[in-house]
Amino acid sequence: MTQLPILSLLTFLPLVGAVFILTIRGDEAIVKRNARHVALWTSVINFALSMFIWVHFDTTTADFQFVESKPWMPAFNIGYKMGIDGISMLFVLLTTLLTPICILASWENINDRVKEYMISFLVLETFMIGMFCALDLVVFYIFFEAVLIPMFLIIGVWGGPRRVYASFKFFLYTLAGSVLMLLAIMAMYFDAGTTDIPGLMVHRFPPERQTWLWLAFFASFAVKIPMWPVHTWLPDAHVEAPTAGSVILAAVLLKFGGYGLLRFSLPMFPDASVMFTPLIYTLSIIAVIYTSLVALAQEDMKKLIAYSSVAHMGFVTIGAFTLTVQGIEGAIYQMLAHGVISAALFLIVGVVYDRIHSREIAAYGGLVHRMPGYSLIFMVFMLGSVGLPGTAGFVGEFLVLVGAFKANTWVAAFAATGLILGAAYMLYLYRRVIFGSLTKDSLAAIKDLSLREFAIFAPLLVLVIWMGIYPAPFLDIMHVSVANMITQIDSALNASTAISVAGQ
Amino acid sequence: MELFAVFLPLFGALCAGFLVFVRAPETGTPNRIDTTAQWVTSSAMILAAVAAGAVFWDVVLGNNPHTVELFTWIDSGAMEVSWAIKLDTLSSVMLLMVTTVAAVIHVYSIGYMSHDHSIPRFMSYLSLFTFFMLMLVSADNLVQLFFGWEGVGLCSYLLIGFWYDRPAANAAAIKAFVVNRVGDFGFALGIFAIFVLFQTVDYDTIFAAVAGKATATMVVFGIEFHAITVCAVLLFIGAMGKSAQLGLHTWLPDAMEGPTPVSALIHAATMVTAGVFMVVRMSPLFEYSDTALTLVTVVGASTAIFAATVACVQNDIKRVIAYSTCSQLGYMFFAAGVSAYSAGVFHLVGHAFFKALLFLGAGSIIHAMSDEQDMRKMGGLWKLIPVTYALMLIGSLALAGIWPFAGYYSKDVILEAAYAANTLAGGYAFWMGIAAAFLTAFYSWRLLIMTFHGTSRASAKALAHVHESPKVMIVPLFVLAAGAMFMGYLGFESFVGHNAEQFWGQAILVLPSHPALEASHGVPLWVKYLPLAVGVAGIALAYVLYMGLPSLPGVLAGRMRWLYQFLLNKWYFDELYDLIFVRPAFYLGRGFWKAGDGALIDGVGPDGISAAVKHLAKRAGALQSGYLYHYAFAMLTGVVVLVTWYLFGHGS
Repeated sequence: MTQLPILSLLTFLPLVGAVFILTIRGDEAIVKRNARHVALWTSVINFALSMFIWVHFDTTTADFQFVESKPWMPAFNIGYKMGIDGISMLFVLLTTLLTPICILASWENINDRVKEYMISFLVLETFMIGMFCALDLVVFYIFFEAVLIPMFLIIGVWGGPRRVYASFKFFLYTLAGSVLMLLAIMAMYFDAGTTDIPGLMVHRFPPERQTWLWLAFFASFAVKIPMWPVHTWLPDAHVEAPTAGSVILAAVLLKFGGYGLLRFSLPMFPDASVMFTPLIYTLSIIAVIYTSLVALAQEDMKKLIAYSSVAHMGFVTIGAFTLTVQGIEGAIYQMLAHGVISAALFLIVGVVYDRIHSREIAAYGGLVHRMPGYSLIFMVFMLGSVGLPGTAGFVGEFLVLVGAFKANTWVAAFAATGLILGAAYMLYLYRRVIFGSLTKDSLAAIKDLSLREFAIFAPLLVLVIWMGIYPAPFLDIMHVSVANMITQIDSALNASTAISVAGQ
Repeated sequence: MELFAVFLPLFGALCAGFLVFVRAPETGTPNRIDTTAQWVTSSAMILAAVAAGAVFWDVVLGNNPHTVELFTWIDSGAMEVSWAIKLDTLSSVMLLMVTTVAAVIHVYSIGYMSHDHSIPRFMSYLSLFTFFMLMLVSADNLVQLFFGWEGVGLCSYLLIGFWYDRPAANAAAIKAFVVNRVGDFGFALGIFAIFVLFQTVDYDTIFAAVAGKATATMVVFGIEFHAITVCAVLLFIGAMGKSAQLGLHTWLPDAMEGPTPVSALIHAATMVTAGVFMVVRMSPLFEYSDTALTLVTVVGASTAIFAATVACVQNDIKRVIAYSTCSQLGYMFFAAGVSAYSAGVFHLVGHAFFKALLFLGAGSIIHAMSDEQDMRKMGGLWKLIPVTYALMLIGSLALAGIWPFAGYYSKDVILEAAYAANTLAGGYAFWMGIAAAFLTAFYSWRLLIMTFHGTSRASAKALAHVHESPKVMIVPLFVLAAGAMFMGYLGFESFVGHNAEQFWGQAILVLPSHPALEASHGVPLWVKYLPLAVGVAGIALAYVLYMGLPSLPGVLAGRMRWLYQFLLNKWYFDELYDLIFVRPAFYLGRGFWKAGDGALIDGVGPDGISAAVKHLAKRAGALQSGYLYHYAFAMLTGVVVLVTWYLFGHGS
């Protein structure tokens, strides 16, 4: 529909910005200032560019759009191919929206190696967008893995006191899963003779091979999501990461796993997916209940929100594997909503961390007396996390649970306990931080949100309410792609049942 | 017009909410911004009430039920949900009742909260609450109902915890939200079940299809159940949470930590009746499940008697009224349970007036007594605050069901219908209802006597302060008192009498097999007079115990120590729940965290592996001893092993 290579532009523009920052020379203060401004403007322009997709995206087709294809290693039938459909499109926008927010959130609290920090963030944005747009397995894998490097650096260089432990834990966990995925990618290539993702989606892998491929991909995605019991890297990574690092980690990186399940596991290995559905349900339900209870016992704000992320992502995996329209759309919506809400919650922790330098819940109390604006914004996102109807969090959870109830009432009932536990730990957190009398000396002079901080929250605030009250524009984008995916999976499943029946 | 009725409160809430942030904290009273907030929200509410009156005129009297669709909310596959305002008799009645009571309470709050430091915030929450309540009653589908349902829960949470410096208020607020969430858990599953059964969540489509699904079954938790029963029971669990029915009632008494106007509006007149409203709204569904109806009847009747027993021994004036609310909600439920839905709504509307009156009257007393709530420190107040006394008396007469006040008409119909239902559950409800009616009259007069009669037990300093409340607090009470006095008489024929069929139109469905309400007109005379008789008896007993022999209650409490403690501690529900839910949750959370994540997953996983690798590396390091003969020995061993393996492995 257009000749403009918009996806490549979106992907590589931040890289251009990063190179530009590299060239900044001069006085230290000027370097810092320029690095910040270049990073901010690059990411803002990138966000503006991404609005082009929002406007021109065709919601009536399930085909990949804005497709670009260039031969890369023609001898091996591997190409550079980009494109998006209704499943990946909104994640691209989520990334382009959150990167400038993250840069703005790091404006004052990062003073050390500002240049390198901004470069890391822009490079990270390139890799993230590339990952969501890639339509070739090799390209996908490169972006998927490359993301680890800037993230590893952000945690390891600008993180808290235990940053080295956290960054290595993060790196090793995710790498361990990825190695298996690489093997699976090679196996797929040998089986199908191509690494083209749309091609692989219609390729039928034999069911017994699907099992192994599915497990290999799952190893990687389960760590990223993260699913219980491979979630323990997340609380450490979040606690040690700088605020913006936590934001991007929770909002975008965690979505890689869920996106991967929807892009690869379900459409390419449908038989294996059905076979492993009970496993997914079990792990997800454990995630929802177990991590919610753990969240209840936390004493560190960031850890609490990190655990709540695991619980919320449990809903995503349940929804995806219900193989119902509501379940899958709910899963995607839940990821987007979680992207907005968890980002905001980490920013909220960041605001007080910048002032008091403590994440201990016990260090706070009675903030409402000095910070009414902050309290209101915290309240809105707290309610979003709790899934109050009228916020983004509700729509996703609701649709997932509808799908789950259709598929299996036990799953729906167990997952729905998350509604109760989620309310308990979030309200308990809010009470301890915001309510009560303000008695601590350290808080006596604490200031409410600055204009810059308010500007960070404003777009997220609009989104969380908009997505809660009028979700149609977002759901419309998914409808056709999700419907098409379900049809494809059903026909593949029917075909393999037919084969097995015929074989008997 | 309906848009004004529903959205004016939201407008008021947003304006007042905005004013919270422009309010300069250190200026004298009356603060101009406070006054603006009060004016904007109160006038918006009064206008909304006028609009609701116009809607009632059009929809009920003009017989013009209709639905206004606003825009699409959630659309995913077959799940299509719109924002809409559905107007039929039921929602119009609720609309009018909610806006009227809310308007009264907004005006009252101007006086009651005049010394507070966050007036705009309070007014904003009140209006926001009203908006959610109106969204709840005017929904045309279950999901919008759920939106209003959780929204009022949120506002209830915010208002219970309004005085956020008080730890007890914060704890009560969280308790209210979380316990309601337990109910909502059932409610949500009910919505899912209905969606799976009917492929829709729209009322009209469900109601049209329900007869066709009368015998459908559904597999839930691996067991095959009657599908409609599953849906109805799950929905009812939600209703139990919101309407504080036995088992999920524990939050309501604690909710009295909020300011008194909140108790009147949310925890007496409107929000807590949402559960009853929902059961009535879903009457076409409940009608097809006798099991669900029986459950509703039994739970309602049990709550009625349980809460009444507890109310008899409480000393906090607001808690007495709170348990009374709980008990009266039980009446409404068992009315619905015996298919006398319209009688339930009749009681709901009357109750909204007289219970709000009692709460606001109690608020006036508390205001007069400089924030004292303990009735043991009151007494003899009637001469000092005669107007409040008269208003409280009217409220109590209505609550106790004395002719010709509102409660008389509705409670009688409910009890007669329970008797006429001629079922086991109906009989249980009837006798429990009679017993509760006796206790209701007793505790109401216990409250009146302890507060207003006898010699005062208050300190001289407190007594010197006692004064009648300002006009802005008294005049609104007259509106409620008028409702408490005349609502029963005026509404009787329309709600449950001869005009009922025409009045309700299509809003309520009662199957011919459930003729309790019809039959209630023909019950024996003793059934008709028994409620009034036990009411009078209850009042008489209260006079004997608290006026005639004021020492007797103490003696009785001492004699029946066990029973008294049991009632005083509210049947030990809180202690029980703390023991089986709250503590284990924290205990498990800590255990999963430290033992599960820490010791097990990390210990065996990443930390364990890294420790093992380190250990191995150390051992490997130790092997490199630097002595030649060590290396030679190792090499030799290797050669031997290789040769052996080669010989035996290949030889066989």
